Amino acid sequence: MEDLQSIKAELSGLISKAQDGKALEEARVAILGKKGRITDMMKALGALPVEQKKEMGKSLNILKTEIEAELEAKKAEIETKELNARLASEMIDVTLPIRQEKQGRIHPVSKIYEEVTAIFGQMGFEVADGPDIEDQFHNFNALNTPANHPARQMQDTFYVTNPESDNFDDSYVVRTQTSAVQVRTMEKKQPPIRIIAPGRTYRSDYDATHTPMFHQVEGLVIDKHTTMAHLKGCLYDFIKAFFELDEIPVRYRPSYFPFTEPSAEMDIGCLKSKTELKIGAGNDWLEILGCGMVHPNVLKACGVDPDEYQGFAFGLGLDRLAMLKYGIPDLRDFFASDVRWMKHYGFVPLDEASMTGGLSNNGGAAR
Amino acid sequence: MKFTLSWLKEHLDTNATVDEIAETLTRIGLEVEEVSNPAASLKGFVTARVEECGMHPDSDHLHLLSVNDGKQTLQVVCGAPNVKKGLIGVFAPVGTLIPCYNETLKVGKIRGIESFGMLCSEKELGIGEDHSGIIELPADTQIGLNAADVLNFDPVFDISITPNRAECLGVRGIARDLAAAGIGSLKALNIPNNNSNFKSPIKVKVEDFKACPTYVGRYIRNVNNKAETPKWMKDRLAAVGLRSISPLVDITNYVNIDMARPLHVFDADKLVGDICIRMAQDGEKFVSLEDKEYSLDTQSLGICDNDGIQCLGGIMGGASKGCSADTTNVFLESALFAPECIARTGRKFQIDSDSRYRYERWVDPKSNITGSEYATKLILEICGGEASELEIAGDENCQERVAYIRPSRMKDFAGIEVSKEKIVEILNNLGFKTSDEGDKIKAVSPSWRGDIEGEHDLVEEIVRMIGLDNIPAVSLPCDMFPKQTLTPSQRRTVTVKHELADRGMLETVTWSFTDSKMAKDFRRSQDVVLVCNPIAADMDEMRPSLLPNLLSAVRNNVARGYADVAIFEVGPEFYGRKPAEQTLVAAGVRSGMTAKKHWLEEVRPYDVFDAKADALAAIAAANGPFDSAQISTDAPAYYHPGRSGAFRLGKNVIAYFGEIHPLILKKFGIKQRVVAFEVYLDNIPLPRTTAGKGKKKLELSQFQPVDKDLAFVLDKSVPAAEVLAAAKTADRENITDVRIFDLYEGENLPEGKKSLALSITFQPKEATYSDQDIETLMQKVIVAVGKKCNAVLRS
Repeated sequence: MEDLQSIKAELSGLISKAQDGKALEEARVAILGKKGRITDMMKALGALPVEQKKEMGKSLNILKTEIEAELEAKKAEIETKELNARLASEMIDVTLPIRQEKQGRIHPVSKIYEEVTAIFGQMGFEVADGPDIEDQFHNFNALNTPANHPARQMQDTFYVTNPESDNFDDSYVVRTQTSAVQVRTMEKKQPPIRIIAPGRTYRSDYDATHTPMFHQVEGLVIDKHTTMAHLKGCLYDFIKAFFELDEIPVRYRPSYFPFTEPSAEMDIGCLKSKTELKIGAGNDWLEILGCGMVHPNVLKACGVDPDEYQGFAFGLGLDRLAMLKYGIPDLRDFFASDVRWMKHYGFVPLDEASMTGGLSNNGGAAR
Repeated sequence: MKFTLSWLKEHLDTNATVDEIAETLTRIGLEVEEVSNPAASLKGFVTARVEECGMHPDSDHLHLLSVNDGKQTLQVVCGAPNVKKGLIGVFAPVGTLIPCYNETLKVGKIRGIESFGMLCSEKELGIGEDHSGIIELPADTQIGLNAADVLNFDPVFDISITPNRAECLGVRGIARDLAAAGIGSLKALNIPNNNSNFKSPIKVKVEDFKACPTYVGRYIRNVNNKAETPKWMKDRLAAVGLRSISPLVDITNYVNIDMARPLHVFDADKLVGDICIRMAQDGEKFVSLEDKEYSLDTQSLGICDNDGIQCLGGIMGGASKGCSADTTNVFLESALFAPECIARTGRKFQIDSDSRYRYERWVDPKSNITGSEYATKLILEICGGEASELEIAGDENCQERVAYIRPSRMKDFAGIEVSKEKIVEILNNLGFKTSDEGDKIKAVSPSWRGDIEGEHDLVEEIVRMIGLDNIPAVSLPCDMFPKQTLTPSQRRTVTVKHELADRGMLETVTWSFTDSKMAKDFRRSQDVVLVCNPIAADMDEMRPSLLPNLLSAVRNNVARGYADVAIFEVGPEFYGRKPAEQTLVAAGVRSGMTAKKHWLEEVRPYDVFDAKADALAAIAAANGPFDSAQISTDAPAYYHPGRSGAFRLGKNVIAYFGEIHPLILKKFGIKQRVVAFEVYLDNIPLPRTTAGKGKKKLELSQFQPVDKDLAFVLDKSVPAAEVLAAAKTADRENITDVRIFDLYEGENLPEGKKSLALSITFQPKEATYSDQDIETLMQKVIVAVGKKCNAVLRS
């Protein structure tokens, strides 16, 4: 038998010479294959005398184990090298931009609708709807605004002819306020009532703060015990929640609406400067809503007994709330469908208002 | 309603400041829009005398002055041409804010000489336009006084008067309210009886006392209408925005604003015969002082002489019998007209006037005689002349109007306790006559208040006076777990919006109005909902579809350079004029490219399948049958006939989608393709609320599904949906999904044929399929599709 030491050196050289997987496999076959060097030597053992066979066998086994370990190590080394080479060749410039994804937007009016309904919902209000085209009874008469009432001219009303009558008094109107929904609600159900009615309203007016269509939310609470103190509490609670502030200065001014008595307008404290409007701070007042105790004539017109029931109503502009809270300057832009405006002032679709998760900025960043 | 401080003080004895008055007005419901008070910006300006006046050594027009401001004498350089020794002017010491420049005055150095202040012009003080020279005050003016005090400004209040507070359309009414609020005391009216010893040669006859309950006339002879209106009256009228015209006109305007008492003055020499107050005849003509002719109707009240209608009662005077500079004899009218009559006529003929404004709200029915006497007094003082006895038709004594208030209602209704004594005091201060009737107080309205009908009105008066801010704010008692706020239909509307926005579309809100010229192609109903009085010609119809407005939006955005548009709106469309003839629609349009050119992907134009996907997504978001609605190709004509479709549930259309017809796009001026969808949310049934919330049990098979492909050749006209349906129903047990992965038309296929390639998923339930099983299943599909769609397997 040859000197095992020199054989091992020879075989190790064979292994270490291999540069890739294929060469290594050839080396393995040459050493451990059916006709490999070590295999051959193992086969030759049988011809040796017993004493020698035992010793030689042992030595051969050690050699085999060592060579196998070398093969294994070399294999790992080659694989690592090959993987590294692949990784290096696969390098991509990850600073390249991603595929384009389109993120849409929710219109500010829809956002405010969700915020307002979330807040009033917490106070036990339900949302009521009504038609955009109304008869004059629901839009005016039932709201204590008879035909020659000056308030009827205050609101420049759009009219639609009645297919069944040529008489102007039977004409329909495009509702001038969502208060008409009050009437429809009270006609349908007896108190206790707690509703808000958000929706489109229409008046013939057009400048930076008036558009022929805008959005109002009307509120109505009728039961046996609701007083003006509750009106003030409810609106104060709302305003604080809506503007997400702990305190807001408010003041009430007596005013006039045909459908409420006493009537009031609510102002909130703010800071007005040329560049910004900050709600809740400063020495200026900003008119935010109209309200009052529901006029007994309205209750009567809706079939509710004013000697038994009482309550309050209020109305505020959804668009106006959006302008104030989110600093949107011009009302006309709300309805102009300019994609740049919608993208900028709109809200990401995941941003859903709730009283548990917060009213705004819950949808992540706008992309 | 505008008035000045001095005018107010004519009726109100008060020491209150302008700010206190303004604050009180707003607090009691007379909202202050603006107070213009130039005095407020004149802080620091003082009266000063020019002690010495020499020339500036380095100038031929500048003067070098010694100015004494009462405290010290200062060196001042002045360029005003009218400066002279001894002049007393308005001096701005260093450090004063000059209103005209909005800058603080510093020590100046003019051609080498320092100047320690400035003598000012009216313009520099912001109180006038005059900049030709400095202000010259009377020679006896004390020096060192506040300029604001010396210049004697009359601050102007501008307040908005709600329709119920007609008496505050007169300065006296405002003064009364302020007095009741504790801001001073109301002065007594001092109006003399001006009767002389002759009777009016012009008599008055009222035919309709309902429309004109009282008419007080008076003949005044030998007046001089060329006289000058006194400065104080001119100034006050100018301050409230009225130009002086002639003393007679100025006086009627003044009394109107002072007492909320409209008057009219006829030139008596132009009147023919007596005055008759009657309803007009149908078609009777009236020419207003603005020279407009009206053809009246039988509900219009005319003030007539023998020539016809000379004045539209309480609304506007006529052209021919009014006063001119040469007028010497006049007939003064002070009358009461029914608000309904005034309102109706004013509205019908669209005439606005200060007189109408007051009459249709409320004019004190007991002010006819006092108003006439007051105006007579002013006429006699200013224009001279002699007044006749009053010529009165009707009775001034109006019916007593009574209301009651229970003191307990303050707590129970207004939410604040107010004592009976306080209530009585407030009502008395406002002019009510009160009497204690045990648990309630009887309050008789003063004649100037027309708005008090019942207890709620009296509560408002009390609330107004004690101040709304004194009512406590009490949170509404609420259930811990309130009912669901939104109805299922409202809730799903929100979901639909979020789904569409999530699909990359921008939500818009467009007018409910649209342009009838554009909308007519979109009407699906016989009834056209036109607005009688549109605000603009292109907003004259209540939209029969959301698409016209959305298409206009596409055009406008493309015109701005934003050609890739994906927008939607959720809102009503109108199919009839009656209330509730409207339906809620989610509609959207996409146009242009899906994205900008990009290194990583091919971009493509939006196509009909984007719109179809939007429609299906909206239907799904609304909990509708997105996978089982019947699809057909009969969308309305504003869609491309070959690239549009409809989804139905039974008879009801739940959505249309497709490309917009090229002719429609042409009308809108859009040069690129637009795809659109309309989903009729109200036609999608709401989920049954009674159904349990539990989900169906999940059945999992332990055997792997198998996908197999089959290609069919069939007529082009056969809809793919039929092929899919045929394949799916070939074996409902085993086939769980069928997809179309290729559509081929063209070479190698017979004329009129297409090839559709299906990929079918088979799901074994009991055991793994054998080759034979799969062969059998595929045969079933081949047979079913072949039979139902007249299709053959592609070889």
